[in-house]
Amino acid sequence: MLNFRPWKVSLIVLTLLVGVIAALPNLFTREQLDAMPNWLPKQQITLGLDLQGGSHLLLEVDIKAVIDEFLNGVVDSVRAAFRKANIGYSDLGVKGTSVTLKLRDTTQLDAARKLLKDSAPGLDVSVSDDGSASLTLNDQAILERQRNAVAQSIEIIRRRIDETGTREPTIQRQGTDRILVQLPGVKDPEHIKALIGKTAKMTFRFVDATVSVDQAKAGNLPPTSEILPSAQNGGDGQPLAYYVVQKRVMVSGENLIDAQATFQDAQPVVSFRFDSLGAKRFGDATRENVGKLFAIVLDGKVISAPVIRDAIMSGSGVISGSFTTQTANDLALLLRAGALPAPLTVIEERTVGADLGADSIAAGKFACLIGLVLIVVAMVVLYGLFGVFADIALVLNAVLLLGALSLLGATLTLPGIAGIALTLGMAIDANVLIFERIREEVHNGRSPIASLDHGFNEARRTIIDANVTHLISSLILFMLGSGPVKGFAVTLSFGVLTSMFTSVLVTRLIVVLWYRRARPAALPV
Amino acid sequence: MFGGIHLVRHDTRIDFMRIHRPLMILSILLVLASIVLVATKGLNYGIDFKGGILMEVRTSGPADLAGMRETLSNLGLGEVSLQQFGSPQDVLVRLRQQEGGDAAQGAAVQKVKDTLGTTVEYRRTEVVGPKVGGELIWKAIYATLLALVGIAAYIWFRYEWQFGLNAILATFHDVITTVGMFSLLGLQFDLASVAAVLTIAGYSVNDTVVIYDRIRDELRRYKKLPVSDIINQSINKTLARTTVTSGLTLLSVLAIALFGGEALRGFAIALIWGILIGTYSTIFVASPMLIYMNLRGIRAKASAAPAETATASAPAKPK
Repeated sequence: MLNFRPWKVSLIVLTLLVGVIAALPNLFTREQLDAMPNWLPKQQITLGLDLQGGSHLLLEVDIKAVIDEFLNGVVDSVRAAFRKANIGYSDLGVKGTSVTLKLRDTTQLDAARKLLKDSAPGLDVSVSDDGSASLTLNDQAILERQRNAVAQSIEIIRRRIDETGTREPTIQRQGTDRILVQLPGVKDPEHIKALIGKTAKMTFRFVDATVSVDQAKAGNLPPTSEILPSAQNGGDGQPLAYYVVQKRVMVSGENLIDAQATFQDAQPVVSFRFDSLGAKRFGDATRENVGKLFAIVLDGKVISAPVIRDAIMSGSGVISGSFTTQTANDLALLLRAGALPAPLTVIEERTVGADLGADSIAAGKFACLIGLVLIVVAMVVLYGLFGVFADIALVLNAVLLLGALSLLGATLTLPGIAGIALTLGMAIDANVLIFERIREEVHNGRSPIASLDHGFNEARRTIIDANVTHLISSLILFMLGSGPVKGFAVTLSFGVLTSMFTSVLVTRLIVVLWYRRARPAALPV
Repeated sequence: MFGGIHLVRHDTRIDFMRIHRPLMILSILLVLASIVLVATKGLNYGIDFKGGILMEVRTSGPADLAGMRETLSNLGLGEVSLQQFGSPQDVLVRLRQQEGGDAAQGAAVQKVKDTLGTTVEYRRTEVVGPKVGGELIWKAIYATLLALVGIAAYIWFRYEWQFGLNAILATFHDVITTVGMFSLLGLQFDLASVAAVLTIAGYSVNDTVVIYDRIRDELRRYKKLPVSDIINQSINKTLARTTVTSGLTLLSVLAIALFGGEALRGFAIALIWGILIGTYSTIFVASPMLIYMNLRGIRAKASAAPAETATASAPAKPK
């Protein structure tokens, strides 16, 4: 009992020191820390969004839209290829994850098969003898497209959020088709949600002048055109106007290299610049179509439809619509950042104001402190001098827990604070087990030293068994929990570990040091 | 030099086993009642599970709940529930999940914000869409079951299957009656509640293991003693520890319930109940049930280990 190996003592003291040093930065404010020399530890406990304020958004990528768009592209290329090769077909369209069609002439099966293979590499081609044919995306290809769409979305979201100047956002993939976005300290999540929620697919296309909107609505719409609403709303919430616009894209947003909000005639506008390919296409198209209207389409809505006055060869231009400075800035930002491969939906949102977070911390700190004081007093009342030893270990435990949380960058959440309070209560259990065991041994008539020895040794096994079961449930809570619950599990898991360390080793060390000095004839328990 | 007070005398001999039968029946009834309650009355699911919208707003003066209810009810967003939350200025606004999928939820939030205007401070907004809610329920059930299996496996590994089985039965007892309490009191059941339930499970097993540890010890030490006496003796010997630990843990959780702020109150109340039921079940469910398990079978194994032989009454010899 008494011979604590020196290396063991130094290890315990060293661990405590590291814990104290790691916990220290939390006593200071960020500004005070920044002013200190760099060799000092500055890592503070990371506060969860519920404590520092901010937004947690769970977004879902519309994978079906990605697949549909891809398959519609396949339909277009099949149509073009068959037309060129003069092969008759009917019922060409998308069915689920396949493109299907029916060949008119069954003698052309082989030619059709070859053509289909060439027009969409990577798809499974099947052509049966009765002339029905299909191109199917297999599961592997679907998975790959999902992965790409999510990865690309994450990249675009990151660019958009970075432009807003949000500090330290977290943008992560979750599952197969979800993206978790965490924005600490954001005051206006609605704005960011609006930015993320836009696909921002921009196209420049011609207005179809062959039919009027009314004719088109009456069913006279050519298959190569579509009716699109204008982006501006009239007073009644309905679009201000409708346009008949060709489906064929003259130039797309992918060819943009820059977009900025500027002013023209004191009106906010968005100026843009094309890359060389875009500039050439735009130049050619405008030169051949002077006097016609073209439409600037964003996410299926017409922003503006100006007349082409003369050829625009410079590769740059401006978009005017009835913008405010804010909407012009946002549009420029979206164009710069690029289009999302698919629409995103917010399926979960949790936003906490910074004030509420600060209130929660204050209340949590106060409650933990009250709990700590109550336990400290109770332990002295119940166990006298040994209670004091346990209290020292308990306070060290709290410091160690805070140090561990700081050092490992774990996130403290609101339930995490409850976890700390609970840990403090339970941490004392190990010492209670030891002390009660010592009392028992004393009653059984053992000598002080034998009582201590037995008390610590017998209790240790119980402590480990009891805590391991607790650790198991905390770890499972950690693995499966999300958000605040995870934070609770983190503090609980670390709490179990640090309390095992302090109550078994630190208390024992203190008791040994005391015993060596005091050599009591009877134990004060 | 000073010692402490002894809350429980070291030589208590309370006959816990004598009253175990009626209490066991009571426990079975409690479990059955909980199951019936959850099946019929159900749980007051929070938005984590059933989806929906929750907003915490702070008004500039004391909140005019009636007026707010009036204006918000006219938005056509379904039933609007308003609740005072802490101070008279703070109001929780709850809307049930809106028809029309995930996008409709955000639109509803905007409507509420447009209606209440900028004179109120939006302290918290939570929106859980229809898809997420269902997933979260399954994840929670899965987590609870996995935790129970993990704990059972550990106890089985460290002790004997009888102990593992009983510990799990007792934990199920605590978990089910806790959920029953949520149903009875109509407390909101959300992700934090699941965390509370799992914590209760952890606490309960922790408590049970301490007594089991002692029972196993005593079984080896006092080979002639009837099992029920051994259980009684073990509970008595650990009673001081049980009282102190449960008491102190209760104190710290009580501090959270009283001072930890509105958001943690429900959580803390669940934990208070859990500590009480966990302590009760260790003494009156997990331990007494051991006499129905063939612990004599364990004796064969235990006797292989070098155990001290002593009679029941004599104190162990000092080494």
